[in-house]
Amino acid sequence: MQNFLIVLSNILFQQQVEMADFMRQEGKIWVVVGVILILFIGIISFLISLDRKITKLEKNNK
Amino acid sequence: MLKHWWKALSVLILLYVLVGGLVNDVPRLAILNETIRNVYFHVPLWFGMMALLVASMVYAIKYLRNGKIKNDIYSSQLANVAIGFGVLGFLTGALWGNYAWGSPLPQDPKLIATEVGMLIYAAYFVLRSSFEDEQRKARLSAIYNIFAFAAFMPLVWILPRMTDSLHPGNGGNPAFGSYDMDNAMKMIFYPAVIGWTLLGVWIASLRIRVRKLEIQQLEQFNN
Repeated sequence: MQNFLIVLSNILFQQQVEMADFMRQEGKIWVVVGVILILFIGIISFLISLDRKITKLEKNNK
Repeated sequence: MLKHWWKALSVLILLYVLVGGLVNDVPRLAILNETIRNVYFHVPLWFGMMALLVASMVYAIKYLRNGKIKNDIYSSQLANVAIGFGVLGFLTGALWGNYAWGSPLPQDPKLIATEVGMLIYAAYFVLRSSFEDEQRKARLSAIYNIFAFAAFMPLVWILPRMTDSLHPGNGGNPAFGSYDMDNAMKMIFYPAVIGWTLLGVWIASLRIRVRKLEIQQLEQFNN
């Protein structure tokens, strides 16, 4: 009986590992995705504009 | 435009990794919960750092063989970005470890090995700044680079596996194996490594071009 209870509680515990299901159910995970995408696209735009500036300087020097 | 294809590729891959990494299903593991998604961000930073350090050492060897300053610039800027990635990896690891291991700086061999490795490369930059003469600076720092790499690799790959460690894959822990990093995760993890490494290469290439312009302008100024 004790063994059965241990095994059963282990199985139940595995199903109850807390994840961000609530966030995902409500669709809020997309808010997180959106924030991170805004940051990422902002940084990439900065990199691209930097790249272009450097290209222009290299052309001027040539 | 054609020669920038790899930059666009890195951006596309990283967009895929960022969205997919947050939205797709991951194994439900106790203690880790959702933080297992850090595997897409923290781990590729370190792999990218290794790739950049390899490239840095290759250019150091090239400099020693033909004495062109260009190789020295490549070598030092690649090491520069690699250490930048290392610092980011360190910070992200500390944040992750705080919640997964209970402390941001536990006594873990891999962590200590990376601390030592970062110090070794910090000394590389101090060494560089202590020289006025360009050729001597380049030659000594190239030699140091090779030794730094040769010391760092066993420290971070071999030593942690020989002792008790907290990191997965080291010291008696199973690696992120088939039960907790299933195929769906691998489909995002492997592109993530490529994407972050390419981003590091892009940043290094920008720094190299700026350095080249600085040198050109200095020569023009002096003449």
